[in-house]
Amino acid sequence: MTATLEARIETVLREFSLDVELDVDPGRCLALVGPSGAGKTTVLRGIAGLHRPEHGRVTLGSETWLDRAGGIDVEPERRSCGFLFQDYALFGHMSVWRNVAFGLTGAPRSERRPRALALLERFGVASLADASVRTLSGGERQRVALARALAREPQVLLLDEPLAALDPRTASAASRELGTTISAAAVPTVLVTHDFTQAALLADEVAVIDRGRIVQRGSPAELSSRPVSAFVADFSGASVLHGVAFPADDGTTHVALNGGGKLASTDSGEGPVAVAIFPWEVVLERAGTLAQGSAMNRLAGTVTSVTEIGNRARVGLTVPQPMVAEVTSSSVRRLDLAPGMAVTASFKATATRLAGAD
Amino acid sequence: MRGRSSFTVVMVAALAAVLAFLVLPIVAIFADTGPGDLVDSLGSDVARDALWLSLKTSSMAIVVIVAVGTPAAYLLATREFRGKALVTTAIELPLVLPPAVAGIGLLAAFGPNGVFGSALEGAGIELVLQTAGVVVALTFVAAPFYIRQAQSAFAAVDPNLLDAARTLGASEARAFARVAIPAAGGGMLAGLALAWGRALGEFGATLMFAGSFQEITQTAPLAIFATFATDFPAALALSAVLVAVSAALLLAVKLLGRSSLLGGEVHG
Repeated sequence: MTATLEARIETVLREFSLDVELDVDPGRCLALVGPSGAGKTTVLRGIAGLHRPEHGRVTLGSETWLDRAGGIDVEPERRSCGFLFQDYALFGHMSVWRNVAFGLTGAPRSERRPRALALLERFGVASLADASVRTLSGGERQRVALARALAREPQVLLLDEPLAALDPRTASAASRELGTTISAAAVPTVLVTHDFTQAALLADEVAVIDRGRIVQRGSPAELSSRPVSAFVADFSGASVLHGVAFPADDGTTHVALNGGGKLASTDSGEGPVAVAIFPWEVVLERAGTLAQGSAMNRLAGTVTSVTEIGNRARVGLTVPQPMVAEVTSSSVRRLDLAPGMAVTASFKATATRLAGAD
Repeated sequence: MRGRSSFTVVMVAALAAVLAFLVLPIVAIFADTGPGDLVDSLGSDVARDALWLSLKTSSMAIVVIVAVGTPAAYLLATREFRGKALVTTAIELPLVLPPAVAGIGLLAAFGPNGVFGSALEGAGIELVLQTAGVVVALTFVAAPFYIRQAQSAFAAVDPNLLDAARTLGASEARAFARVAIPAAGGGMLAGLALAWGRALGEFGATLMFAGSFQEITQTAPLAIFATFATDFPAALALSAVLVAVSAALLLAVKLLGRSSLLGGEVHG
């Protein structure tokens, strides 16, 4: 039984007012992206019932959780939300399994430990069940927190900067696992992050928030290839290409891109994947130029847009999936880049990041 | 280096002076009291009654303080409301009140001719010159010590922990009991030790409000005061016992606070 989450949160923050409206279907993940202090976390807290907005409505299917006009405000413990806090908010005075079992109050006492262990097993941390949470590493904390958030089989998943507390190495592995978790949960998921790349890898749709308003909402590819404003353009760091990955003989991973084309990545992966590439990693050449450098990937494409931002330019391409390259303004003139022109986009296999697609 | 080392000497000398001054009277009590005197003094009715009454009344006061003070402290620590600073100050006031003023205040409020005197009389409650009056006096002077500590301990608990508990299906009351109290446990115990120590030593307000009648209102400090003019060794012996009891109390609470069970980590 899963239903669509619809929320409108209107509230006055310190420096501006927040007015955000969103809807997320079951099995879909919406990322709220924006700079710190844009009001992202307040939206999550409003949905979970931890913040009472001045005006607003939150519904899950036919259930109404909040209706300020109608005087409805369901308590947080009665909204079925799995909330992953930025610092994970594990209970320091309890062991790992008791943290997970905290939410299992509906289950008979004798079943709580086995059920907590099963959840921990799912995240590969069952061996830590009796450890104190104080002894855990960042990555372990995140897994325990996820297990705890999912213990009650929530109807909505709310993730507040789920990877921000991790070091970059742990974060990329955790990001892949999180992607799997989100699609397995099959409920509406709202993810908050200040990192567009992360959002692009984990979410189906990205909504960019600036000063309390959603300024653009769309797929990660749409946002990075057709940003409505320089703010969004600047924010949308990476291009995301979808395809099917398989291991190659040379130790890299090859990805057959949907719609044609092929690329190599040093990340490992198999099956449907999303590939993230930063625009500044992409080198553009006129089509027909011979390969000379070490870049393993050369995709044939067509220029769709050229947006100059100061001394650099974002060049939208179809390869045929949309992708973005960032080059200097002088390169735009030297190569005479203009919409319709055939180019070759090259980038190194090490410049790609793979994530499980959903 | 030279400057630092000479300052170190100053600090060490200051600490030594503080230690000597604070510990000397306590050591003197034991030095002047032979083990025989101690046993003898415990044999006297006055001493035994006083000690028993002290333990009984201070325990009752602590139970009341913890039961009512804990939720009150939690409210002060977790909610914002108009006049909160005023409320906090009002609660802290008894800390700086001279005991004599506290005694007069209690009489003016709960005495036979006090503000609530007739109401209490109508309800059949007698406080003045009664054991219950001792408990009231102890509660009045000791409660702020506990509430202040508990409030700052609760305020130091990461609010995300309480929010996490709520999203995991816990009511506000369960989040308070299962998350806030264990996380603030260390600070609460420290406050409890301070309040209990204050209650055990209470003298002025008790004397004025409840009097000094053996078995009824004469707590250990009052008994010491009553006997020291006529029987100094007995007063000394009783003091020694009181020191031992207070020290044991402080130690027990500190040990309890250190055990992993209640030594709540405040920040995750």
